[in-house]
Amino acid sequence: MAPATRCASRFPSRRGIVSALTVQSLYKVFGSRADEAVRRLADGKPRAEALAGLPATAAVIDANFEVRPGEIFVVMGLSGSGKSTLIRMLNGLLRPTRGSVRVDGVELTTLKPAALRKLRREKISMVFQHFALMPHRTVLENAGYALEVAGLPKAERRERAMDALRMVGLTEWADNLPHDLSGGMRQRVGLARALAAGTEVLLMDEAFSALDPLIRREIQDQLLELQAELGKTIIFITHDLNEAMRLGDRIAVMRDGRIVQIGTAEEILTDPANDYVAQFVADVDRTRILTAASVMEKPQQVLDVNAGPRVAAKALRESQTSVVYVTGPMKRFLGTVTEDEVLRALREGRPHLDGFVSTERVRTVTGDTSVADLFADCAESQHPVAVLDERDRLIGVIPRITLLSALAAATPNEPTQGQDQVELVGTKGEPA
Amino acid sequence: MSLTQSPLDSWLPRVPLGAWTEAAVDWATASLGPFFDGVATVVETLVRPLDDLLTGVPAVVVVLVLAGLGWWLRGWKFAIGTAVGLGLVAGMPYWEETMSTLAQVLVASTLALLMAIPLGVLVAENRRASAVARPVLDLMQTMPAFVYLIPAIFFFGIGTVPGVLATLVFSMPPGVRLTALGLRQVDKEIVQAAESFGAPPWMVLLRTKLPLALPTIMTGVNQVIMLALSMVVIAGMVGAGGLGKVIMFALSQIEVGSGFEGGIAVVILAVVLDRLTDSAGDRFPSARAQRLAREAA
Repeated sequence: MAPATRCASRFPSRRGIVSALTVQSLYKVFGSRADEAVRRLADGKPRAEALAGLPATAAVIDANFEVRPGEIFVVMGLSGSGKSTLIRMLNGLLRPTRGSVRVDGVELTTLKPAALRKLRREKISMVFQHFALMPHRTVLENAGYALEVAGLPKAERRERAMDALRMVGLTEWADNLPHDLSGGMRQRVGLARALAAGTEVLLMDEAFSALDPLIRREIQDQLLELQAELGKTIIFITHDLNEAMRLGDRIAVMRDGRIVQIGTAEEILTDPANDYVAQFVADVDRTRILTAASVMEKPQQVLDVNAGPRVAAKALRESQTSVVYVTGPMKRFLGTVTEDEVLRALREGRPHLDGFVSTERVRTVTGDTSVADLFADCAESQHPVAVLDERDRLIGVIPRITLLSALAAATPNEPTQGQDQVELVGTKGEPA
Repeated sequence: MSLTQSPLDSWLPRVPLGAWTEAAVDWATASLGPFFDGVATVVETLVRPLDDLLTGVPAVVVVLVLAGLGWWLRGWKFAIGTAVGLGLVAGMPYWEETMSTLAQVLVASTLALLMAIPLGVLVAENRRASAVARPVLDLMQTMPAFVYLIPAIFFFGIGTVPGVLATLVFSMPPGVRLTALGLRQVDKEIVQAAESFGAPPWMVLLRTKLPLALPTIMTGVNQVIMLALSMVVIAGMVGAGGLGKVIMFALSQIEVGSGFEGGIAVVILAVVLDRLTDSAGDRFPSARAQRLAREAA
């Protein structure tokens, strides 16, 4: 289902608002003398150094980001990095020490309690790490909690809660108590409760971290499926990099209260902002994240189909290779011509390569194919795999050896491989 | 002044705490008279009819009703135990006194809980209230039980009313403490969940915190009733009727037999009330759900 999310991120923004949620220079300092703490932290020193001697701890320091409508925005960091504090400021469960949070254009930090509750009911709901279901209420009553708070009549509440339970596949458990359910099912109730609220923005605080790996994977898939259908704006907190990479359209990496990098999974893998991020991503399964576009090389011998065999022969001689990639009108990729065929065309005195071009000896893929899915194509393709863009233009090639070195770089636990990775990225191809 | 007092001690200021207390009680008796009269009337109108009812109906009916309650709450074994125990009391000469004691315990603990539970909520929700309540509750719990009787006599004279009111004050602290404890122990994430969906504070309290705190609050109810029972006996000293009177009389006359009979009646009443209130909490769906959740975990 991963492709579905990638599409979701490209949904045009609704209502013309570019950002569903905006955070600007947000700080949370616990303890006294918070103003002094914020002043000292503002010039970018590490928090331990900046706060030495102050009776204060900084959980979130100068956070800035925008979440686009319909996007899954993951905040990733280890425990103590401030991510849970950050997410609790996004719906006002914690009051920021300084800075601004705007949800759907509404500044949340200055709202009065009643207005804040209204905003929570209408715009933003939350899924919790340990599910936080009410043990004395049935699954249905839990799912309909937000509607009960909003004061909806019972029949409508029931109907909408049932709809939400249907989405997560738990209708037959509606009248059970939460303790009858497994952990994965309980969190699906937590998700249904947030979905039933019908809010545009969903906060998920380590929502799947308490589940065991198989269940976690299953519920991640379910979330992605639902997301493809509903297109909610989701802010997802996790400490699990693989989860972040799998779910996130964009990822913010947090360390010691600061956001150190924001980017797509691929950007973070291929271009880590600092050593910390690089180390953090060192053991991720790159073959699933890296795409053909990020490992491909610049095709060296590309000729227009109208070029003569002499030009082709010259190109082959200069590049010391045995195959030419041929493009037609609008730079569309047509196929390949080998050394032998170029010689034959020369001998037969043909004016151009038309008639010799073959698509049989080369496989084509699109730029967003994951490296893991490239192996079969690479094995079956006689010549380096051709990478095409959405208009079938040739943007790069992937020789087997390139794929193998990308794979070597993706295998963890060898210290030098991080550098291989960087070199490979350096050879990123340009559109032909 | 003792002879061993060192000269240094003479520097310590004399604190006439006793005199102050007396002054305060005198003032209260003089100026709050109508208030105390009102309180006395309320207690009187609550205890008298209940006492009349319990002593009026035949002992067999009371035994059967309590045994039936025991059956519903705990099962047939406890029902049989209740019937046998109370049957024994009914077979002794002090059935009426036992029922008077029961009436006083029920009124005193009900009134105590009506004040203790809201106070407990206040203590749990409000930091300042908590700071004030803590030392006051400590004082109330460590003050020897007899001491409560003295101002009670001043304000209400001799009889059942001062006994019930002293009992009320004495038995309140665990109700406050356990209510506050129960509310504070409610899972923070569940409270945040309620808040995150925009629930106002009263709704969070009534529909989330209180139901989840109920098992602990019920322990408080149980403790209040047990303390009330122990105090009601002591209240026999100020002329409250019931088993206290029996035991005080036996003490003053050194009558081992009637003293033991009165004592056994107190014990049986205590066991029955304790087990009944202990299991009553589990009748609430929220308590059962939580117990099941804990067992499953």
